[in-house]
Amino acid sequence: MSAVPMPPADAEARAAAKLAETWGDRPGVWGWLTTVDHKRIARRYLVTTFVFFGLAGILALLMRLQLARPEGRLLSPDRYNELFTVHGSTMMFIFAVPVMEAVALYLVPLMVGARNIAFPRLNAYSYYMYLGGALTLWVAFFLNIGPDIGWFGYTPLSGPEYSPGKRADIWAQMITFTEVAALAVSVSIVTTILRMRAPGMTLARMPLFVWAMLVTAFMTIFALPSVMLVTSMLISDRLMGTHFFNYAEGGDVVLFQHLFWFFGHPEVYIIFIPALGFVSAITETFARRPVVGHTFMVLALVAIGFLAFGLWVHHMFATGLPKLGNSFYTSASMAIALPSGVQIFCWIATIWAGRPIFKTPMLWVIGFIVTFVIGGLTGVMVASAPLDLQLHDTYFVVAHFHYVLIGGAVFPLFGAFQYWFPKFTGRVLSETLGRWQFWLIFLGFQLTFFPMHLLGLNGMPRRVYTYPAGLGWEPYNLAATIGAFTIAAGAVIFVVNVVLALRRPADAPANPWDAPGLEWAVASPPPAYNFVDTPAVSSRTPLWEDRTSLPVMGGLATDYREIVVTSPVEAEPGNRQDSPDPTIWPFLAALATTVLFIGSIFSEWALVWGAIPLAIALTGWFWPKRTGPGGAPE
Amino acid sequence: MIRTRVVGDLSTLPDHAFGLRSILFWGVIGFMLVEGTVFVLAGGVYLYLRGLSPTWPPEPVLPPSLIYSAIFTLALFATELPNRWLNRRARALDLRATRAGLVLMTVLGLALLLLRAFEFPHLNVRWDQNAYGSVVWMLMILHTTHLITDWADTAVFTVWTFTHDVGPDQFSDASDNCAYWTFVVWTWLPIYALVYWAPRLT
Repeated sequence: MSAVPMPPADAEARAAAKLAETWGDRPGVWGWLTTVDHKRIARRYLVTTFVFFGLAGILALLMRLQLARPEGRLLSPDRYNELFTVHGSTMMFIFAVPVMEAVALYLVPLMVGARNIAFPRLNAYSYYMYLGGALTLWVAFFLNIGPDIGWFGYTPLSGPEYSPGKRADIWAQMITFTEVAALAVSVSIVTTILRMRAPGMTLARMPLFVWAMLVTAFMTIFALPSVMLVTSMLISDRLMGTHFFNYAEGGDVVLFQHLFWFFGHPEVYIIFIPALGFVSAITETFARRPVVGHTFMVLALVAIGFLAFGLWVHHMFATGLPKLGNSFYTSASMAIALPSGVQIFCWIATIWAGRPIFKTPMLWVIGFIVTFVIGGLTGVMVASAPLDLQLHDTYFVVAHFHYVLIGGAVFPLFGAFQYWFPKFTGRVLSETLGRWQFWLIFLGFQLTFFPMHLLGLNGMPRRVYTYPAGLGWEPYNLAATIGAFTIAAGAVIFVVNVVLALRRPADAPANPWDAPGLEWAVASPPPAYNFVDTPAVSSRTPLWEDRTSLPVMGGLATDYREIVVTSPVEAEPGNRQDSPDPTIWPFLAALATTVLFIGSIFSEWALVWGAIPLAIALTGWFWPKRTGPGGAPE
Repeated sequence: MIRTRVVGDLSTLPDHAFGLRSILFWGVIGFMLVEGTVFVLAGGVYLYLRGLSPTWPPEPVLPPSLIYSAIFTLALFATELPNRWLNRRARALDLRATRAGLVLMTVLGLALLLLRAFEFPHLNVRWDQNAYGSVVWMLMILHTTHLITDWADTAVFTVWTFTHDVGPDQFSDASDNCAYWTFVVWTWLPIYALVYWAPRLT
């Protein structure tokens, strides 16, 4: 590559104008429904996930109000069952996994220097499927037919004998919706990362967040089929009289647990690993130096990805499995603490060796490290089968997984939101409000969930709608309730901060933090086409190499949507390829899939007649297109 | 915004690609991984349930009849010959042969579906009879769904190639379709072994 002069500013402006026309969406509702811009879809995902995060949070507050005092009368036992089921299912399937994907959908193409995601129509379809799943659950909940079987829906409770009606089917089908969405996103992300990186961005130079998403997407591809299979088997047992989980006819209820947790444990890491990527990106920028031990960080991510598939039985120690099996899973569960520890030490070393600036995103990183280490240590405790048998289904476990999931994933997510908000919206969030939000949520979190360890040790079971006075649980429960409302106050400040920022003009600079990643090379928010020319990368921290100009490669079309495909390891340019135009078909396909999924809750024949509109929609979608030279006859 | 400095030109790169060089094929691989995982897990369910039962199939159920599945299996693997030929012709941008190959594969796909229809009554068990029946039907339906979707996809694409001018991207689509058919063919082998031979090994 030999350097040539910079392009004249007016030529670049003309190219940008042409690209804006080529990559832009139509105005209005039609444009909204047909867009395939990864940033628009991702923003939509972000807003939706946070709305449902808020709704599930309100359910948590109701539960905490109920438990604030003994003999609570606010909620009936049945309603309480629904609340913890919808809270858990929403947080896991409708908030935590999709929100991480949403951030990735926005950032990964920008971070790798691409103009769009690999499969933009699939991406659009995934959002509508996700929305369908979320609405299925919440509309049912508001119609008083919400699921009441817990977020993991164990058989036989969720089977035809103990859960008549449609509550369990709604839970199971909500999972099918959201997992179809997540799988679609994951296939797109893997392909974007492996085939669309900017020339020169070898795997060794790839940002740690992108590495985290690569591992996460692969984990999703191998883990989520398990939960789709098991929930389909459950629906089939309930609707068609199959006997997968019916002991009397040769089925087995523990089979459900195996399949669920073969997905469920990797799921925790599918939520947590993107957060590790956030922490690495934030730490690098605010410690003002590259992350210490980049290679070890990558190896740790990959190791976590593999080990996560070997732990699922530690959720099932209480089912009476053979002791040797329990010992194996105890060891594997403890082993995963090692790569997690490597990451923690690398971040501490990065902060130590850098010149840290404690802006709000960095506060979330510190809050994450403290909280996640506590959650990790209690994880090592419950990984031990004998202790787990004592603590199983108590509030100790509730405390542990909230420390890991909120401390390990939601804290970094809030940090990431503060950090990348200028890129998402063109506005910088208020530091003052951000700090208030941090301290309220951080302290409120400790007040809510630390006492739950003690409650669990004192024998309080999870999922009880009330408890008698005199067991010594009152002060801890009251503290937890006060803590929960403190978190809610922090969440309100977060919303206020976002609303106030959005009311200001979009005047954030392209790179407000002087960060090193390619996403900061483009305007905030980026134009529809992301980059006028394709960046050429020669370092892990491209914007820190030369702060005056960015090396790029020209030659991609401006009058139709074109991307460059590069090799998986070395990112050498291989060929150009068309990228799809906006289209209504993914929306229609999602609508048809929704009809099929909802119909199949009520009749197995929906799988047959529902397939007809779906086939029509998919035909429209995949009808070969003819925009670029690849589509034209030779 | 940072200024840019041009250091290379991408306009000379080829504007289409086949197989692993095309990103669409990576999408196909992604879905093969997803579906392959479903097959592996469903096979695991079969073996898990088999491990719980003192006899397999549970008495008095008889193992599935072999004759129709044998015909189907031979016919399925035989389609790999025209399928691979079609793949080569598509990669050579040979329009006439590609169209002919697509028609042939559509007809063969339909014939295979008819053969598959004969297998179901000869499984000798209903899905709601016991857990064995449930898992056998699950494996069969999983694979049959792939036969149907691939056949529908091939049929629609075949029509398209006769009604439109075919460009390099569509030859690439035809090639990807062949690769997916190979996946459908080879995934049948473990399912066939489980459904038809595992009950005979006890």
